Amino acid sequence: MDIAIDTSKSRYQVDKNGYYGRFGGAYVPEMLFPNVDELQRRYMEVLSDPTFQQEFEALLRDYVGRPSPLYFAKRLSEKYKAKIFLKREDLNHTGAHKVNNTIGQILLAKRLGKKRIIAETGAGQHGVATATVCALMGMECVVYMGSIDIERQAPNVSRMKMLGATVVAATSGSQTLKDATNEAIRDWINNPVDTHYILGTAAGPHPYPDMVARLQSVISEEIRKQLLEKTGSELPDYVVACIGGGSNAAGAFFHYLDEEAVKLVAVEAGGKGVHSGHSAATTQLGKIGIIHAAKTLLMQTEDGQITEPYSISAGLDYPGIGPLHAHLYETGRARFLDATDDEALAAAYELCKLEGIIPAMESAHALAKLKDLPFNPDDVVVVCLSGRGDKDLNTYIRHMNK
Amino acid sequence: MQNRIDQLFATKQNGVLNIYCTAGYPQLNDTLPVMTALQQHGADLIELGVPFSDPLADGPVIQDSGTQALKNGMSLHKLFEQLDGFRERIHVPVILMGYFNPVLVYGVEAFVKKCAEVGVDGVILPDLPKAEYEAEYKPIFEQYNVSLIFLVTPETSDERIRQLDSLSKGFLYAVSSSSTTGKDKDMSHQQAYFERLQQLKLKNPVLIGFGIKDKATFDTACRYTNGAIIGTAFIKALGEGRDIDATVRNFIGSIK
Repeated sequence: MDIAIDTSKSRYQVDKNGYYGRFGGAYVPEMLFPNVDELQRRYMEVLSDPTFQQEFEALLRDYVGRPSPLYFAKRLSEKYKAKIFLKREDLNHTGAHKVNNTIGQILLAKRLGKKRIIAETGAGQHGVATATVCALMGMECVVYMGSIDIERQAPNVSRMKMLGATVVAATSGSQTLKDATNEAIRDWINNPVDTHYILGTAAGPHPYPDMVARLQSVISEEIRKQLLEKTGSELPDYVVACIGGGSNAAGAFFHYLDEEAVKLVAVEAGGKGVHSGHSAATTQLGKIGIIHAAKTLLMQTEDGQITEPYSISAGLDYPGIGPLHAHLYETGRARFLDATDDEALAAAYELCKLEGIIPAMESAHALAKLKDLPFNPDDVVVVCLSGRGDKDLNTYIRHMNK
Repeated sequence: MQNRIDQLFATKQNGVLNIYCTAGYPQLNDTLPVMTALQQHGADLIELGVPFSDPLADGPVIQDSGTQALKNGMSLHKLFEQLDGFRERIHVPVILMGYFNPVLVYGVEAFVKKCAEVGVDGVILPDLPKAEYEAEYKPIFEQYNVSLIFLVTPETSDERIRQLDSLSKGFLYAVSSSSTTGKDKDMSHQQAYFERLQQLKLKNPVLIGFGIKDKATFDTACRYTNGAIIGTAFIKALGEGRDIDATVRNFIGSIK
């Protein structure tokens, strides 16, 4: 397993100070310094530990159901005239890629002697994945979720409660993922000794972006092996993933970052249109600043106030992107596109009809750009199908009847 | 010219009262009237909060005051407009407390220069890390003689307290307990921490903040350090009061 691989020679990976180019760092108030410092000092040692890796691998195999299949989508391929493979993270236990990270972080939290777990969630997938591993390990779990998301992702709220987590509504600001993250950070400030914060995306203060990317890197580690079996080469022409904070994209890109022949495509949530005033397309609308203790690209006013994003998808409704992705954008290593709500909905219905798979609203954003990429018929394209659409049925049904 | 914060501590070592208020709160143009009343009724130092959309270290009361101030139209540009010429009336040291993003967007050097121009003496940026300050910004603050004040908490190691003390100018801000503002954690358990701060023989004066809300907690803090900072309790009073001058007079009267 390659989660602790040495990345110090890569142009794209984190440097020893916790930066990706000019992005990253740990802009935390002093109250959080001891916690973040402990993680910075310990995370690589823990991730490199063979007993940690054995436990992580065993749980991913026997509990999560990994490796997740790499499925050749025949009818989708016919339609878009390329060889399209879907990395089926939707088939993981709890229904999304999020569980890869929560398994890793709960094993880490145990090694750090923590007793209590907190998390933020947007779509509820990370909240469910955190509640799940807390139940598995018998640890207390508090999940912060924006009031608006509690409403639009109701099934996941029930799942978290059934799994024994306390779900706390974040009622400040836009009442979505950004505000849930603020509340989780405030909880951590108030509980600095016994609590570990399982951040769900490749954002936040160093070492979270790197730690989460490493724990999610099993996605691209598996893709390489599976592609070799299926096509004779580990390298596809394209890897396509949706991006909010960027954890599934980080995992899908990780082992391809230094393979310059592989085109990386990140798809942001365009909302009602990038310039409609209702969008979450951070690379187009954002500029450099600090959000959730990381220096990165974020949507903000001229005065440096963070603005409220919009997306139909709760998991992409975030005004920043992780610092790795800001760096991939700035260096041109990854191409950033956006898909509107309507494009994502159409792509979701299409995947149902062509392949019999109901994707998560988030993953549908990645699928929505297949129509815009200039494929050659022989191109091998991997789309990270980050989650399943059960949680989005209400949204899908509402739009189906329109 | 000597920095006003240093002048203050040169003449007063005990019972220094620093009051926090949010710029542009309760009304946009209340900033100066509140500061004037604070000086009039005996605040030794004024900490002026620059509102931010995502104040991670603040509890609900200060969060709400910031949200209101932003709704009122407060911004860093607006604040500097309001502060233009304020030194004709206000002579106590004034510190701006704000999160780093608005300052970064304004431009750190432009911000520090503007602070010096209008007569702001110090700045607290809780989410500007020590390492970044040392590597990038320290010379700017020194050039304009604006003090950057660092925070320490009960979880900060002795070694790091010493490092932060050596970097900090004006005073060292000792957060009373590990919490967001206005959390009301019991300060009686913090005796060991306060004694530790005393024994470290720091170069800077020390003010205790977070959880200071009345005469009893203010007096406790003053037993160990040079004084204390009151934020949430004052913002609450300001939000509830009708007349700014009377509210400030009553509030400070209840502390001193």
